[in-house]
Amino acid sequence: MSDSTATRANVYDVRPKTEVPAESPLAWSYHTSGRPSVSQKSRVVLRERAMAGHMILRGGAIVLDEAVRGVLGFGLPARPNTLSLSDDGARSIQWLSPDEWLVIVPGGEEFTLERQLREALGDAHYAIVNVSGGQTLLELEGDKARELLMKSTPYDVHPDAFPVGKGVTTVFAKANLILRRPTETRWELVLRRSFADYCYRWLLDAGAEYAIGVEK
Amino acid sequence: MFHIYCPYCEELREEEEFHPKGEAHIVRPKDPEACTDEEWGDYLFFRDNPRGIHHELWVHAVGCRKFFNVTRNTVTYEILETYKIGERPTVTAEHLAGGDKQGNVQVASGGQQTVGASGAAVASVKGERA
Ligand SMILES: [Zn+2]
Repeated sequence: MSDSTATRANVYDVRPKTEVPAESPLAWSYHTSGRPSVSQKSRVVLRERAMAGHMILRGGAIVLDEAVRGVLGFGLPARPNTLSLSDDGARSIQWLSPDEWLVIVPGGEEFTLERQLREALGDAHYAIVNVSGGQTLLELEGDKARELLMKSTPYDVHPDAFPVGKGVTTVFAKANLILRRPTETRWELVLRRSFADYCYRWLLDAGAEYAIGVEK
Repeated sequence: MFHIYCPYCEELREEEEFHPKGEAHIVRPKDPEACTDEEWGDYLFFRDNPRGIHHELWVHAVGCRKFFNVTRNTVTYEILETYKIGERPTVTAEHLAGGDKQGNVQVASGGQQTVGASGAAVASVKGERA
């Protein structure tokens, strides 16, 4: 492999300034399955953080850690299956495997971030892939949120086994997703586009007994 | 509920997240061109099928998606240890049979009886390895 192919990547802004219609992977599901409204009785509330910037970082932990610290102001999570967050909680980096991390930032920031990271990483051996179009993020809150998860995944979601700051890729309703717990009360589900509709309908079904509501 | 310790995730995970991928520690011939058909065929297709201790390649398919090794007893299905790619097993048929290789008879069935006695192996399955 020549140096030029190893160190140069074409970087595209997938959010051009011109108006191009873009929809979350769940747009069709809202249309066909609806969005039960949040009521007094809702003990689980679902909220999509649509169109966020999702990026996969691959490479060595030390070199990537230095780069994200410089650009984002916080480093990679130190342990497997954990999450690191910016002070305001708006940006996160999650361990996915020994050489792979998922960065989620507010939508629109990912293009600039990717360029800054590439600049910071220079000739290092790494890969950055913008996967924003391939997945979406759901937030789950409410006093029955954990019970809903217990019906859906074999992973132990008891606070002792799943403390705040943890995040795992695991089986969920026979599909798979990324499950994470950024705060005491909030769970996050990162769904792949191809599983999004199925998982959404599963959540509505499993959440029916808790009068699940979907915030707009 | 059957749990397997992933050496990369450093925790026990549900069996559903894993897939077995056959025999481990199969070394690709350094110079395939110099292999006889028999040697190459052996490398590609022929696998051991021992009764007892077997070192296997598994993948944490719905998880970190890394391949790793498992030492498993094919008689009892007991997983004796899991270890990263590039590492060597600490539990082997020879080790469990007290280092006695009984001619060309597989020692695995002898080793099987001492399986429960291997503290180190049990510790690694429970995720207590350093
Ligand atoms: Zn794993």
